Amino acid sequence: MTEATLTHAIDHGLSEDEWKHILRVMNRAPNLTELGIFSVMWSEHCSYKSSRVHLKKLPTSAPWVIQGPGENAGVIDIGDGDAIIFKMESHNHPSFIEPYQGAATGVGGIMRDVFTMGARPIAMLNALRFGDPKHPKTQHLVSGVVAGIGGYGNCMGVPTVAGEVNFHKAYNGNILVNAMCVGLARTDKIFLSAAKGSGNPVVYVGSKTGRDGIHGATMASAEFDDASEEKRPTVQVGDPFTEKLLLEACLELMATDAIVGIQDMGAAGLTSSSCEMADKGGSGIELNLDKVPCREKGMTPYEMMLSESQERMLMVLKPGREAEAEKIFRKWELDFAVIGITTDTKRLVLTFKGETVADIPVAALADEAPLYERPWVEPAHAKPLGAVAECASVGAALQALVASPDLASRRWIYEQYDSTVMADTVQKPGGDAAIVRIHRSNKAIAVKCDVTPRYVQADPFAGGQQAVAETWRNLTAVGATPLAITDNLNFGNPQRPEIMGQFVMAVRGIGDACRALDFPVVSGNVSLYNETNGQAILPTPAIGGVGLMKDVTKHASVPFKGEGHAVMLIGDTKGHLGQSIYVREMLGREEGPAPAIDLKVERRNGDFVRGLIEAGRLTTVHDVSDGGLAVALAEMAMSSGIGARVTMPSTGSRTGFWFGEDQARYVLAVPAGDVERILSDAKLAGVPAVKLGETGGTSLQFDGEAGVSVKALKAAHEEWLPKLMAG
Amino acid sequence: MRAAVIVFPASNCDRDVAMALERATGKAPLMAWHGEASLPDQLDLIVLPGGFSYGDYLRCGAMAAHSPIMREVIARAKKGTPVLGICNGFQILCETGLLPGVLMRNASLKFVSRSVAMTVEGANTMFTARYAPGQTVRIPVAHGDGNYFADKATLDRLEGEGQVAFRYVQGDNPNGAARNIAGIVNDRRTIMGMMPHPERVCEPLHGGTDGKMIFDSLVSALS
Repeated sequence: MTEATLTHAIDHGLSEDEWKHILRVMNRAPNLTELGIFSVMWSEHCSYKSSRVHLKKLPTSAPWVIQGPGENAGVIDIGDGDAIIFKMESHNHPSFIEPYQGAATGVGGIMRDVFTMGARPIAMLNALRFGDPKHPKTQHLVSGVVAGIGGYGNCMGVPTVAGEVNFHKAYNGNILVNAMCVGLARTDKIFLSAAKGSGNPVVYVGSKTGRDGIHGATMASAEFDDASEEKRPTVQVGDPFTEKLLLEACLELMATDAIVGIQDMGAAGLTSSSCEMADKGGSGIELNLDKVPCREKGMTPYEMMLSESQERMLMVLKPGREAEAEKIFRKWELDFAVIGITTDTKRLVLTFKGETVADIPVAALADEAPLYERPWVEPAHAKPLGAVAECASVGAALQALVASPDLASRRWIYEQYDSTVMADTVQKPGGDAAIVRIHRSNKAIAVKCDVTPRYVQADPFAGGQQAVAETWRNLTAVGATPLAITDNLNFGNPQRPEIMGQFVMAVRGIGDACRALDFPVVSGNVSLYNETNGQAILPTPAIGGVGLMKDVTKHASVPFKGEGHAVMLIGDTKGHLGQSIYVREMLGREEGPAPAIDLKVERRNGDFVRGLIEAGRLTTVHDVSDGGLAVALAEMAMSSGIGARVTMPSTGSRTGFWFGEDQARYVLAVPAGDVERILSDAKLAGVPAVKLGETGGTSLQFDGEAGVSVKALKAAHEEWLPKLMAG
Repeated sequence: MRAAVIVFPASNCDRDVAMALERATGKAPLMAWHGEASLPDQLDLIVLPGGFSYGDYLRCGAMAAHSPIMREVIARAKKGTPVLGICNGFQILCETGLLPGVLMRNASLKFVSRSVAMTVEGANTMFTARYAPGQTVRIPVAHGDGNYFADKATLDRLEGEGQVAFRYVQGDNPNGAARNIAGIVNDRRTIMGMMPHPERVCEPLHGGTDGKMIFDSLVSALS
């Protein structure tokens, strides 16, 4: 076997120090297969070597948390023996190179993370960031990513219910595709990945192993340059049909007690699944690579270990249960092979054609992987915004804003996703959060993902807080009690101190908000090196939240429900225009500080609104976010076809009042007779509340200006994306 | 009413339609695996559910049409046992020849998932008796291949014989289907295929109950 050298190590993306570290832990030079294994296990993607020290500071526990970070996905208890298992994960680099397959396999990968723990996936979400709409590649990337997400999720029969899409030139060379999967399991049937015990059979199930995706994890841990598209062969190809069979077969086997541990083969395939299972089980694993089902003849151990072929799982069974398990997988026409055995050596040993081709201490690959405290500098605070001229007509500005890239309707996207399969979707895409009923029950979960990258860029700490707070607010706005989050932290090159500074401060902000809102992090994913030719993306820590509603019939939604209802605003408005969509779209200024976050106020205002919904007193709520109050009102009007007449209740800047992005605010619509009681209840709770006007008519009218037709607003709002995609 | 739902590999609306049947009849239907060669003697209804049977490989429904259970389904259908095919089930019925025509790729070439308005064209069948003739209903579609096509003579015959069960409202055709056809029945009115998913609008929490009438109609006719 060829002994590897420093040159090989550098070609595998390892540093000289890391090479020396390998020589130390191996006490000899590794061969090429072993080096390949080290290179993927120590890649940023698998080892979290730059982020781990900071992630450890995040709050991860609460009485309802069953499993925090460290497993395939996080698990929370929603009562009655039901558990929700969820996680969000990025597939950014592959999706830029090959958008359809990159996005599709991102969906497939996150679904496996969830069903490998014993859950049936019940909801999918995605957070997408594309470049400038005018960039020559944007249309192609949007089209391919959306088709890929739909192509995989639709076939799986899991509804895609919510998401978020931004366009910004910072993503021109590095789009973000983050997919989140939420599954339902029983609390007493949760499967972990530890390969406990010695002498237990190690079983490979699913698709055959091919040459696709070799070194995907390493690619995901490097910056892009103009030659990146030559890496297309490292993008995996998805087969949702096989995944659907794998899901059903796994759930069928999980109904028995034959499984000791199970782990999907995701990034770094057979290598990471076997190492992680052995590491968590405190055991060793011996694999006979002759037994691995291969798609092609002549595959080498190196290729088998690094392949990222999709739709594969590794399981450790109780001894003697192989036949029972095999019968289930054969029924579903899937490959099933006993490829190894657990040992007590704490080593990963691979044999091929009678020879030992790798022999590595498991701890060296997992726990003893390098850990970096990268140098970082606190990012400079954004300069004050400076004067903003008063807008001439709120209605006219609104008409432009609702058709701007970040606020235009996403219908062209979400109508390509099956959002109602499983027949438990209560709030479809277009709401503040999606609502999915727990099958055969009267309770439901609410799910949503959020982050405002321009805020994080201006102030990583406040931006991190805001991402968590907005997720919490959206869950609250439909009537759910927020329970926990998953985070998908997309940043640039961590070896640049200013980028590392963004990361460190954003994670601190996230942690701060999670603590204040009792909203722990139970799973997550870090995607670094999102740069092309040295140009980093906006820092984008996407937050995916899950909340619980005990009575699904008591929920609120965005559309006005009738004419003559009172329109009310909850929360304080200072008119914060820094980093607002208004100043960016209308004035071309990406300037000013991010809005301030007061988490006590956030919680107080949200608890008040949720209380009204839970009491059955409120069915129309919309949170105020991008574009401010005027945009929130427009969305309520456009979704119902009902207009409103509203008036600023104070003096001051109308621009700031209608378009400012102050946080912790909600718009409510209630029957006119309910206003006084809500105002007095709000006063008692210390919550700012004010009546803005009434619903009715077919136009939106601000402060007595000429009204802007709801129909015209809607036409502009709906037209933008289809036009872009047809262009 | 004793109903069976056929489960193909990657059927994915089998549970949803089973729930709709259970709600309508009070008991869970039989779930029949595609590899079985026979079905119980006493069966009042066979349902081919939506999904991506065999991954839509080759052509939607083409491989399912040749699976072992379909020989039995075709034999029963020919003897008069009612069959309802929804979405992929409709595609399979066309592939077997139990219903005329084909379902081509959507004219937009994109998957489409949204609620559509349809008129009930033929209320004189066991599948649609509970609707008022000409009634407009809203039922969601979710498919990539729902563009119904047949030659002119066949379309004229379907129209002439009153075999068009549902028609998309003009302007709301989601897939380019010929003559806005959303669902058809065979000449004996014992087999219906439709692209929209009635099982997804059966209770107020679904945002509508326009699909429930199909299952209630079948219960009235077959119990």
